[in-house]
Amino acid sequence: MSLENAVKQARETGQLDQLIDNIPYAKLIGVKGQLVGDEALFLLPPQDANIGNPVLPAIHGGVIGGFMETAAALHLLLFMNQPKIPAIIDFSIDYLRSGQLRDTFAECQLHRQGRRVANVSVTAWQSHRDVPIATGRVHFRL
Amino acid sequence: MADSKPDNKTILIMARQFLLAIPHCKTLGMSIVSADQSGITIELPWSEQIVGNRDTGVIHSGVVTTLMDTSCGISTVTALPAPEACPTLDLRIDHMTTPEPEKSLFATVEAYRVTRNIVFTRGTAWQDSPDQPIAHAVGTFMRLGTLLPGKMVGKKKKDNQHES
Repeated sequence: MSLENAVKQARETGQLDQLIDNIPYAKLIGVKGQLVGDEALFLLPPQDANIGNPVLPAIHGGVIGGFMETAAALHLLLFMNQPKIPAIIDFSIDYLRSGQLRDTFAECQLHRQGRRVANVSVTAWQSHRDVPIATGRVHFRL
Repeated sequence: MADSKPDNKTILIMARQFLLAIPHCKTLGMSIVSADQSGITIELPWSEQIVGNRDTGVIHSGVVTTLMDTSCGISTVTALPAPEACPTLDLRIDHMTTPEPEKSLFATVEAYRVTRNIVFTRGTAWQDSPDQPIAHAVGTFMRLGTLLPGKMVGKKKKDNQHES
């Protein structure tokens, strides 16, 4: 399925499975997502292969980052006029709490979409939306 | 006087043990290329499962994040007198160019400053040569104290170390 059709289908059905199936890395770490009303919500279910600290146990910080980058890119794809895979320019992440081995959620805000660059912020949480485990900011080249 | 660093042989053993203990790094097939007092280099082989764009075969940026978080985290053992649990406070990655598909990605990182509470690290991701970086990373890590078998021991306060 072409990217444009996958985005169109995701907008119509609210399910992002087809879009995510096109991204092997997103499948590897197990990213899921759906549109809730006009908002995109992303989920990373717990899996042993994503563990960074087996003692706690905690999700690898890089996986949390990769999940948030994937969420930001998909969010942008879903809400831009002409869907095109965005290229990442930079990514900045603040880790606020360790990511326990449980469901992790992420939501994004598109702060600015210019002609060449987009700025997206991402928040990841587990128990409550207002208790984030990490916040991030991504610049994409369009 | 500042605490001394372990010798290079000890650093290499510690770095390998550190990496082996991380399940997700096993999933990605990462390995230590070198580790000494000057820093560490880690290799991440290309594989289909880490691709971000099927049309090009280029790996996902999240894999670069994981490589740099891991490398910066493990580089703390090259600078601390004894290994400590050091969670990441923050990490910043600049993607300077797109990595080539079907080629390993290397990360070379140094822990360039240690204070009583923080380890500051920086490094690059590269493929053909460290002089041609794919990405640049800066990571800050919190020192939680020395890890001893079975228990965690807090750091002893030293008068001549700076608060950070």
